[in-house]
Amino acid sequence: MSTQTLQRPAFNIPAVAARVRGRYLSPLASLALFVVMFGAVIARYDFASPGQVFLNLFVDNSYLIVLAVGMTFVILTGGIDLSVGSVVALSTVILAKTLQSGWPAPVAIATVLLVGPLLGLLMGAVIEFFDVQPFIVTLAGMFLARGMCYVISVETLPIKDPLLRSLGLNYLYLYSDKFIRWTVVIALIVVVVAAYVLHQTRFGRTVYAVGGNRQSAQLMGLQTSRARVSVYVISGFCAALGGLLLGVQKLSGYSLNGVGLELDAIAAAVIGGVLLSGGVGFVLGSLIGVLVLGTIQVFVTAENLDSYWTRIMTGVLLLVFVLVQRVLVRSNR
Amino acid sequence: MIRRLTASPLLWPALALILLLALNSVLTPNFLSIRIEDGHLYGSVIDILRNGAPTMLVALGMTLVIASRGIDLSVGAVVAISGALACAHIAASADPAGATTIVSAMAIALGASAVLGLWNGVLVSVFGIQPIIATLVLMTAGRGIALFITEGQIVTVTSDPFKRLGAGYVFGLPVAILVSLAVFALVGLITRRSALGMLLESVGINPEASRLAGVRYRTIVFAVYVFCALCAGVAGLMIASNISAADANNAGLWIEMDAILAVVIGGTSLLGGRFSLTGTILGALIIQTLTTTVYTAGIAPEATLVFKAVVVIAVCLLQAPKFRQLIRRRRTGGAPPPAPPQPAGTPGLPSQLLASQSDADKVGAS
Repeated sequence: MSTQTLQRPAFNIPAVAARVRGRYLSPLASLALFVVMFGAVIARYDFASPGQVFLNLFVDNSYLIVLAVGMTFVILTGGIDLSVGSVVALSTVILAKTLQSGWPAPVAIATVLLVGPLLGLLMGAVIEFFDVQPFIVTLAGMFLARGMCYVISVETLPIKDPLLRSLGLNYLYLYSDKFIRWTVVIALIVVVVAAYVLHQTRFGRTVYAVGGNRQSAQLMGLQTSRARVSVYVISGFCAALGGLLLGVQKLSGYSLNGVGLELDAIAAAVIGGVLLSGGVGFVLGSLIGVLVLGTIQVFVTAENLDSYWTRIMTGVLLLVFVLVQRVLVRSNR
Repeated sequence: MIRRLTASPLLWPALALILLLALNSVLTPNFLSIRIEDGHLYGSVIDILRNGAPTMLVALGMTLVIASRGIDLSVGAVVAISGALACAHIAASADPAGATTIVSAMAIALGASAVLGLWNGVLVSVFGIQPIIATLVLMTAGRGIALFITEGQIVTVTSDPFKRLGAGYVFGLPVAILVSLAVFALVGLITRRSALGMLLESVGINPEASRLAGVRYRTIVFAVYVFCALCAGVAGLMIASNISAADANNAGLWIEMDAILAVVIGGTSLLGGRFSLTGTILGALIIQTLTTTVYTAGIAPEATLVFKAVVVIAVCLLQAPKFRQLIRRRRTGGAPPPAPPQPAGTPGLPSQLLASQSDADKVGAS
């Protein structure tokens, strides 16, 4: 008996199958969808370098990857953060404005990376300690951040700092002529750190527990308050960092940046298998969700369709995924 | 009497509105004056009512959806689609001012809105998808559909009868506000003079219990989503007729957020259950007055959003039970939490328990 329990079978097919049928099913379905979609796009259009098209998915969406990671934390606790799009805009504007006033780049970056989490902390505190719904609080945060953008500057401000320009413009060659940019490296580091925090730390387990059932988590003695406030700080940080990446990518700060970006981040998370009721989902799933959205963009551009087709197709995909998830959840019961 | 007044959930929104209006009459001397020109009423207050009418209408529909423990994010998209369909139909017809054209345009727009509402209702009640995601689908795709209808253009129409809905006057008052108030009166009558309002609250408080008590959960949920979409459709017609054009990109942009804010400021909890239509109207008026205040006070219009955020947070905090408790404790001289004799205001917990008990009774009885 004891030897049996101690010995872990090298490859247990039923156990793996059960796991696949369980919480891994949704992200795996997204992955399969991404492979099929991307394959179809590659097959349909004769791209000069399919490998580069794949890498461009990361290059073009590095900021969205970071946002989706932050959103995943919030959604895992059963909350939602509508403020991220505005915080992205605020970050680009603060970055451009401070640089214009002659601040050194590191100080400007530090300021941006401080403002985002601070806003998140404020929102998280109101949500947790005064029991106001996350939807309303982050909506107010969205208005506040967007309004502050306008107060700081209505015009587009260029970013001319050499360090940031090199960050945004320099190629990072992987092999022969295939390249990514430094923004992608930063985004992927965020994904790895987030996955580590969620799955290997006490805090990560608390986040899942709070989303699964807040009351039982509280009764188990977990620090639910801290976790619920922290996720908004994390989301605020990710939004600020996403704003930096977008600012570096566009080399400008503009108060109308990132309108509706919060919806993209939520859509990416949902397509990647994160349940909006909380407690279920992976950071990697959200990453796949971003890639799926990126593939739609590539298709719409390559097909030369009007840009509103992106919205319609994203909506349809969202619908399909929501329905599939629903069926899966039912059949698991 | 005073205690009853201070306990009323309508107190804070009403005070906020009065404060805003008072601030305005100080800032602009003739703010509250209403004058009559060619049989129409003119004045800032009338402007607030007229410009706030679409938000008010959408917020009324949203109140019922939120009372059923749902939320409808797609109203902005429905506003855009409704306006786009009506304008596209009028622009394509041979007789843009004819009665049949106008009526059929409105019928098409409202019919499509009802179908979109049904779609939301099916996703929520038949498939059992969370309302916030179910309506997110239409919110994402809807504006794209509206752009598809107008082919990405702004469709302008020249039709005087159509313009009357958004910009016309009847009995000296703007038609738009009359429509909104008529809907308010109608909904108030239906929900408060029949059992429907209570059934709706029971669905919002505990769907399972109300189902077991024999309440038709599915029918009610269908009805509120269709009604909400219809309200959005009428609001879409108002907005399109006011500018005599369908702007699929900007018509009703963020109106879902404004409507939800109006509902919450009015004291209806996002968790469902009890709802207050009067509160919602107050909330919508607060939002519109705030916008007008910022314009008339000479503050940069860009800063409107900052003020909106501040007001929203202030009103929500004032309504939050935990925040009120905190203030009450301060006022009684920082009494320690486990005070042996019960302090003046009974702490929230027992009354909450009592409230939920009576709710349960109500559901059981119906």
